[in-house]
Order: sequence, then C-alpha cells, then structure tokens
Amino acid sequence: MATYDGMFEALGLSDWCEKDSSGGPMTMAQLLAQSNGGAEEKTPFWETPFPSLDELNQSCDAIARTRDMTSWVENLFLSVKDGLKLVLDPITQPLSWALDGSLWLFETLPWFVVIPALLLIVWFATRSLALVGGVAVSFLFLAFIDHYTPAIQTLSIIFVCTGFSVALGVPIGILMSRSDTLQRISLPVLDMLQTLPTFVYLIPLIFLFSVTESKLYGVAIILYAIVPVIRLTDLGIRLVDKDVIEAADAFGMTSRQKLFGVQIPLALPNIMAGVNQTIMMSLAMVVIASLVSAPGLGVLVLRGIRNLELGVGLVSGFGIVLLAILLDRVTKASLNRINAAQPR
Amino acid sequence: MSKQAKVSIKGLYKIFGATPEAMLSAVYDGIGKDDLLEQHGHVLGLQDINVDMAPGETTVIMGLSGSGKSTLIRHLNRLIEPTAGEVLIDGENVLDYDEAQLRRLRQEKMSMVFQKFALLPHRTVLQNAAMARIVRGEEEADAEKAAAKWLDRVGLAGFEDHYPHQLSGGMQQRVGIARALASDSDIMLMDEAFSALDPLIRTDMQDLLLELQEELHKTIVFITHDLDEALKLADHLVILKDGYVVQQGEPQHILLNPNDPYIEDFVSDINRARVLRVRSVMKPINGTTSFEGVVDADDNLEKLIEISGGDTTHAYKVQRDGEDVGVLKMKDLVRALVPAVPSSDENTLR
Ligand SMILES: Nc1ncnc2c1ncn2[C@@H]1O[C@H](COP(=O)(O)OP(=O)(O)O)[C@@H](O)[C@H]1O
Ligand SMILES: [Mg+2]
Repeated sequence: MATYDGMFEALGLSDWCEKDSSGGPMTMAQLLAQSNGGAEEKTPFWETPFPSLDELNQSCDAIARTRDMTSWVENLFLSVKDGLKLVLDPITQPLSWALDGSLWLFETLPWFVVIPALLLIVWFATRSLALVGGVAVSFLFLAFIDHYTPAIQTLSIIFVCTGFSVALGVPIGILMSRSDTLQRISLPVLDMLQTLPTFVYLIPLIFLFSVTESKLYGVAIILYAIVPVIRLTDLGIRLVDKDVIEAADAFGMTSRQKLFGVQIPLALPNIMAGVNQTIMMSLAMVVIASLVSAPGLGVLVLRGIRNLELGVGLVSGFGIVLLAILLDRVTKASLNRINAAQPR
Repeated sequence: MSKQAKVSIKGLYKIFGATPEAMLSAVYDGIGKDDLLEQHGHVLGLQDINVDMAPGETTVIMGLSGSGKSTLIRHLNRLIEPTAGEVLIDGENVLDYDEAQLRRLRQEKMSMVFQKFALLPHRTVLQNAAMARIVRGEEEADAEKAAAKWLDRVGLAGFEDHYPHQLSGGMQQRVGIARALASDSDIMLMDEAFSALDPLIRTDMQDLLLELQEELHKTIVFITHDLDEALKLADHLVILKDGYVVQQGEPQHILLNPNDPYIEDFVSDINRARVLRVRSVMKPINGTTSFEGVVDADDNLEKLIEISGGDTTHAYKVQRDGEDVGVLKMKDLVRALVPAVPSSDENTLR
C-alpha cells in the first residue's frame, strides 16, 4: 500500500492504473519495503510524501517513474543528436583546425622565438616598456620552472577562442543593436550563458562532440566567453551620440558608411572593454575545460586536485594567476591607448 | 514672390504615436494638441504647415521650445516622415523619393548645422569639414582641399589637424558651418545653430552668417527661439506655436502688425527702435515739401532718433539707392515704437 492509493481509487482511475502495469524493475525503496516483509503501516500524516512521479508510481503503475523520465530525455537528446551533429560538425570544424594549428605552431616554434614574438606584440599593443618587462620576466620564470609548455598552450587556446569570440560576437552585437526584437530575444540567452554553472553545459557538449576533438573545449570556452563582446558591442553602438548619428544621416551616409565610419569607431572603447572581459573569461574557462581534455595549465591544476598533489596544483594555479594579471594589464593598457586616441 | 519657391511645404501634418494615420481625420476636424494627447494618446507635432521659401533667402522659423521647429526642419530632408502633406524642393516632392534619391538629396542639395554641433569626435577638423564630400565618394585629397578652403573662410585656418574637443563651442560650430558649406549644397538647414553659444560669440556667428550669405545666397532655413536673432537674420519669418503657423511674412511687417497675443508677447520686450527700419514706418510722399534731411530706407529708427535729436516735428526724405521712396515723419516713428497691445506679463514667454 502506498500513500496515494486512495486518491486514484477516489478518482476512479484504478482500472487505468492497472491496465498497462509494467513489471519493470523496482525502486530501491520498494525493494526495501518488500524485504521488510511488506509491513503495511499507515504513513503518519506528518510524513506524507510529496506526490512525485516515483511516489505516484507506487500507487498507479501507469505513471512513469523519474528514472524512466530521465531516460526519455536521454533518448530524445540522443535521437536529435545525430541531426545536430550533421549541422554542427562541419560548422565547428574550423575551430578544431584553428585550435590544433595554433597549438602546433606555439609548441613547434622554439621558446626563443615565441617569447620575443609575444614581447613584440605586447609592445605594439601597449607601447609600455614596463609591461614588456613584466611579460618577459613572467615567461622566463614560467619557463624556468618548466611550466612554459602548459602556459603557452593555455595562451594559444585563449588567443584562438578570443579571436573566434570577437569574429562572431561583434557582428552579433551589431545586429542586436539594430533590432530591439533581437535584443529582447538575445539578452535572456546571454544571461543564461553567463549564469549557468559551466559544468552544466559541458554535459550536452560531451555528447555532441567527441572528447578527442579540440572543438569540444573550444565551443565550451567560446559559449561562455563570447557574452561580453556581444553585450558591449550592442551597448556601445546604442550609446553612440544620437546627434552624431543624425548628422551622419543628414549628410546622406549609407548604413555601411555609418557603421564603419561612425558607429564602430565611436563604440570601439566599449567593444574593446568587451574583448578584455572575453579574454579573462576564456582564461577562466580554459582551466575548467581541462576536464574535457583541454591542454594547458588547467591540466596541472586538475592533477593537483585529483591526486592531492598540493605543490603541483599551487604552482600551476600561480601560473594561471600570473597569466591573468598579464592578459588583463596588457588589454587594459591597449584599451587606454584606444581611449586616448579617441577623445570625447 | 514671383520666383519659384526653392522649398515649398504644403499641408504638412505630423502626428507622433502608435497609429498616426488613424488620428488624421480627428486632426482635420480641428482637434487641439492637448485634446489629442488626452483623448487619443498621440502628440500633434505639426498641423497644416504651408510655407514657401524663396531661393537665396533666409527663412527663420521661430517658436518656443516644443513648438515643433525641429520636427518641421527635419521634414525637409526626411529625417522625419510626415503623416500627411508634401515637401517640394525645386518643384519635386521629396516624399516620392526612393532611398537612393533621398540620399542624393541629402548629399548634394541640402546640408545641416546642428545645435550641439554633432561633429565626428574621432576625426580631425579637416576630416569633419570634408565629410559631406567624402560621403558622396569624392577623393579624400580633393575633398580636403575644398574643406580647407571653407575652414579658412570661417576663420579656422591653422586648426585643420585639431580634434573637435580641442576647440571652443564657437569654433566647433564654425567647423559645423564649414562642413555644411563645403558640401556646396543650395540649401542649408540650421537647427538652433547658435543657441548653445555665449551671447558675444553668438553675435559673431550671426555676423559671419550674414557676411557669408551676402556672397553665397544660399537658401537658408534657420531655426531659433530668439526674436532678436530671428529679426537680424530673417528675410522671411515663420512663427510656430503648438505645431501650427501663427503668422508668417516679412519680419518688420509682423513686428508692426502682430496678429496673435502670442506674437505680441514675443515682440513686446525687444528694442523696437533698433530693429525697425525706416522703410517699414515711412509713408508715401504726398506733397510734403519740407524735409529736415535725407535718410536711407534701411536705417533703423534708433539712428533717426539720434539724427533728429528727439524732435517729433521733423520729417525726413527717405531714399533707396539715391531715389526718393517716401517720407518719414517723426510722429509716425514714435507711434511705431509702442507695441500694438502692450502686454502685461512680458517675461513669461522668454
Ligand atoms: N519622437 C517623438 N515622439 C513623440 N513626440 C515627439 C517626438 N518628437 C517630438 N515630439 C513632440 O513634438 C513637439 C515638438 O517638438 P520639437 O520639434 O522638438 O520642438 P522644438 O524644436 O520647437 O523645441 C513636442 O511637443 C515634442 O514633445
Ligand atoms: Mg528643437
């Protein structure tokens, strides 16, 4: 006897319940109850269970159990998966190529080429000798403690994912800024991408892409990190002075001229602020993505957690902090240069 | 006006709101601005505007804040679409234009100067001035050559490589004017172009505009809420209130014959002696023979009071280009100095 037997009888549904009673496997609770000799105690009122699927199933076999429901979801997902894969595989393939190619390049080039190249990039982006010096010291230190390869792997993944995020996010942001409807639809999606614990969307991704492909972690990182570029591109373009836009219209600019000659340049400080955040979020995600085979410093952190190798975890964690500071400083410094070049 | 109007606005209506067309019949039936807002939740922006603007003249549209001036001027280049009516430019209805034609109109026939300057902050003064020409596809070097000429003309030679934020408000608006002039358009729209400037700089800019207009003869549509500025610049004055034209015509005529208390209030606190001209007050020469002297038709009354030493018995012969055109009796002059109906609260409308 289960709690809700009476309810189904009262509703006259007993027959329907019996009809296709499945002799399926029992739940653990049922098993326990049975082994207890099926003692038919009346449940005290205070302990009345919530009428959940499992609970109702005990009184009425026609009602599915929760584990049946989860397996439906799984089957549903698996059945659409092939279709999804057919579409997603080709369009995400370039991501795999880019990630693998970039990793190959960074790992193949010798350290005495890569480090000076990075320093040159920092110099051109920031024109700050202090920052160049900081980056040099940091990388030489990481190399000295044999963390050069994972650090450069992490950096390589961040570069590629940021590149993809900007290449996709800026156009999406532009479209959003032009259509209030699109903005209304997209904002909740962006909110969700940003607030969902990252583990949650790793799960469907694992089923969609094989763990051996780099696009798995690439997609995970991009989904998470693309949000700020989109948001700030949209915001930046919407914040462009209405009077200037009106002047552009009054002088007969085409929407192309307006976009590239007025809106994007004036929104650039905001867009670059979005890129800075995207880089930082890529870094955060590339560590978590080591769970799904992303190489880099995250793997070492993971090893530290799994094997309780405290030292490995702490040192690689420190390496990540170092990278974070460098990336933030360098992007902020180049952002400031853009702002200074474009006074208001 | 015998010449064909350069810009002609016919029966123009603009209603702001969700379903402006549905409101038209009520508006045609004469529902007021307040009633339309209260009963139907629509804003009556403009109602039955009919204005002809002659080529080479400055038409000033004056009205209080919210009277629809900006809305009206933005109909000329269709930055705002009307609810009903026509806008003819050189006889062509711009409302029939497709996108490409409209763009051509904005690129070649009309330029605009804005109250808040609306310069591109990331471009230099020279690039800003060249904007109109670059937009329509001219070579950058050619465009900048023309732009430099106009910058020089408005007194900004040497500032080509500055950025707008490095200039004062008055100088920024000079860039705005150079940008408009560099487009070589016949028509110049100026929406409160000088309202954001300090009084002294404002006077300078008005003088600059008059000086430029002397040689360029553009068709200028100038918006202001300032009567002194309107009287200084206008060949044709249009007074707007709550979206309709209260009175339009020759400024001196409006000043002497205001047809609405709204205008009387406007005109009551200006220095009439400085604004009114002899030609507006003079009478035909009907046998008068004794003149104290000869004055020019375009002299203002202040000058005459000075000449006459305040003697109200004097009469002067009025000449224009050496020809006798009338007689000015000081008695008429004094009468003209008193507003038609003195207003009790003259400052409320300023
Ligand atoms: N987009 C709009 N939506 C609703 N009402 C508007 C809009 N634009 C202007 N108005 C209204 O139209 C009237 C005229 O505005 P405007 O042309 O800006 O006046 P002015 O330039 O003379 O100060 C005002 O009552 C204003 O509130
Ligand atoms: Mg206005």
